[in-house]
Amino acid sequence: MRRSRVNRRLTEAARGLDGVMVNDLYQHYPDFDIDVAREQQLLESHDVVVMQHPFYWYSTPAILKEWQDLVLEHGWAYGHDGDALNGKQLLTAVSTGADGTAYTEDGSNHLTMRQLLAPIEQTARLCGMVYLPPFVVHGTHALGKEDIDRSAADYRRLLEGLRDGRVAMDRIAGLERINGDLDAVLGG
Amino acid sequence: MHGEGFFYQALIYLAAAVVSVPIAKRLGLGSVLGYLIAGIAIGPYALGLVGEDGQDVLHFAEFGVVMMLFLIGLELQPSLLWRLRGSILGLGGLQVGVTAAIFTAVGLGVGLDWRSSLAVGLILSLSSTAIVLQTLQEKGLMKTGGGRSAFSVLLFQDMAVIPMLAILPLLAHGASDRGVSGGGHSTTWVEGLPGWAAALVVVAAVAAIVIGGRLLIRPAFRFIARARVPEIFTAAALLLVIGIALLMARVGLSPALGTFLAGVVLATSEYRHELEGDIAPFKGLLLGLFFIAVGASIDFGQIAQQPGLIGALVVGLILIKFIILIILGRVFGLGHDQNLLFSFSLAQAGEFAFVLFSFATQQGVLALDVTTPLVAVVALTMALTPLLMLVNERLVQPRFGTRERARREPDAMDESNPVILAGYGRVGTVIGRLLRVAGIGATVLEVDSDQVDLLRKLGHKVFYGDASRLDLLRAAGADSARILVIAFDDPERILELAETARKNFPHLAIYCRALGRTHAYELIEAGFDRVYRETLDSSLKIGGDVMSELGVPAFEALRRVRRFRRHDEEALRELSGQREDATKYIHLVRQQAAALEEVLSSDLEDMGQELDAAWDSTALRDPAVQDDGSS
Repeated sequence: MRRSRVNRRLTEAARGLDGVMVNDLYQHYPDFDIDVAREQQLLESHDVVVMQHPFYWYSTPAILKEWQDLVLEHGWAYGHDGDALNGKQLLTAVSTGADGTAYTEDGSNHLTMRQLLAPIEQTARLCGMVYLPPFVVHGTHALGKEDIDRSAADYRRLLEGLRDGRVAMDRIAGLERINGDLDAVLGG
Repeated sequence: MHGEGFFYQALIYLAAAVVSVPIAKRLGLGSVLGYLIAGIAIGPYALGLVGEDGQDVLHFAEFGVVMMLFLIGLELQPSLLWRLRGSILGLGGLQVGVTAAIFTAVGLGVGLDWRSSLAVGLILSLSSTAIVLQTLQEKGLMKTGGGRSAFSVLLFQDMAVIPMLAILPLLAHGASDRGVSGGGHSTTWVEGLPGWAAALVVVAAVAAIVIGGRLLIRPAFRFIARARVPEIFTAAALLLVIGIALLMARVGLSPALGTFLAGVVLATSEYRHELEGDIAPFKGLLLGLFFIAVGASIDFGQIAQQPGLIGALVVGLILIKFIILIILGRVFGLGHDQNLLFSFSLAQAGEFAFVLFSFATQQGVLALDVTTPLVAVVALTMALTPLLMLVNERLVQPRFGTRERARREPDAMDESNPVILAGYGRVGTVIGRLLRVAGIGATVLEVDSDQVDLLRKLGHKVFYGDASRLDLLRAAGADSARILVIAFDDPERILELAETARKNFPHLAIYCRALGRTHAYELIEAGFDRVYRETLDSSLKIGGDVMSELGVPAFEALRRVRRFRRHDEEALRELSGQREDATKYIHLVRQQAAALEEVLSSDLEDMGQELDAAWDSTALRDPAVQDDGSS
């Protein structure tokens, strides 16, 4: 996380927002020894869950996968009595090194972001959560300071919108990414 | 004298020690008995290689006892000494008081004058610091309840010698021709002073040691250490011990007590280990010499003349002392086995008796025909002590000790656990608890029976027993176990047990606690690779947490700690076996340190860099290098 300039800026943008809690997994569990009870309690007390991370090998960093494996328990998050997350919103916020054109069927990665994020989407569905199109910052290698600042500001706006319930759910269905036209999404 | 001078003497003493001690150790008799046997062998009644000079050697070698007490003081934190105050004053005081009273009564019973009886009673109430402490240390029993109690009593006795020296002249009644006052003993500064002034001098001397030890010795040693001439540091250490011993003698205190005090004062200083290392070989050799001299001075001529009397006195003395000790031990709440250990170890007369008997004779308190047989009795009881302790360990404890009780539990030692855990102190307890909650059966062996009793009350399943004994190891199920964890707190015993276990139970995977880097080297060099330095992980944890506190993200701090750890473990294994060649070793250590620094600092630079900006944007547009792994 710390090694990603973009993610650092996004985190800074989120930190300090009223009603938003930043939970840095690497800082809390440097040895990957995740406190399941604490994490579940955090999930229960919030309505929107944002998984923010750099896109490592087309997926989440290892610690976030470990988090899913341990925290999303049967009988709690899914399964017969597993309804703790029902109705909560799930957003993925990722940064990728390559630019957007790489993530197309004709691009070097052959698959789109939504396709690559399918496991997360299905995870959300299984847990009865509302899956939002991802917040994506592409081409981080090539971004200048202003670009990153703009992304961070967008991110902040989006989080505020999610917090205040201003995201127009009818307009986001099927979007490749939620921050393509943020004004429209936030009902502007 | 055999005339060939010093080197001839040295040759005989050293050869006797070198031959007999390893044999005695191999036979499981312990080094003290080895030295004593060596002394008897070269003494006037066997090979006759040393004669009258044995007594002189004895007086010289007594300095070994002084050094031993200095070393014991070094290992004893002042706070521990304070905690022992109850048993030092209570147990020690009662032991000396009761024993002296009973021996006095015995003296009166056989028709001695009351003053002579009292003198004999006081003198015989003392035990042998040298033999007891050396034997306890060698067996690793100093930290057990019985060992601590024995030590407390010995400490009190050392203090009790001072008033005894003062009282003895008052008991003079012309039992023999009065010698020159204080003849043969160096005159002290306090002689002839009024009581209050003498007391003041004594207090001043003790205060000088305590204050000097706190304020002067540290800067002095720092200055000396900076000279980087190791032998000068050794010389300074010897100077310190000898100086304090002489000062104490001058003010009429026991030199052993004085150096012990100095040791305690220095126990918290940073030079403790250097001092220990420097003094230890001198103490070892002098003490060995002392034991040899004791052996050589046993007057077999005297014994042959009055075998019945001396035999009866020896048995009587040991028996009476033993009974008093066992009652006192019970009163002071010692567990069954610890009480046995305590009582067997102190049931002899001590080396102070030699000095005090000759002093009492000079002072006209005791007649020669009383002291001569008694001196032989004292020497014999001292020589018998290691044997008695062996009898306790081999015959008495197995039959009447706690282990017997343990065997009565039906599922006791027959249980076939996959793990044997030897040693249940600071390290063993944690391992044992962890395995227990994980549902892994472990047979736990601990040598301190009081600790065993306590842990059993807390619900732990612990067996009393010295895991380094083959029969006990077998009884603990070593034949069927898969793993042996050795968590003693004595490095020598860890190595010893590891080797015994490997030889007799080659199928066992042996996990060793290492007390430090040197110990880890020794274990690795001996071919054991599951070696765990006991403080490494907590030190690294502290280091990591400190980094974290200073703002290094927790995960990065942990990664660096892990990298350091891995590197250090590798270096440890690489450097083991290279220690003989000091220059090469130092070179290698430097190389390793430099390599580690490079690894960590390159890691650090890595962290500091803006990785996602490190790629050039032209390269980025080339699909071949599109790599998201580093964003």
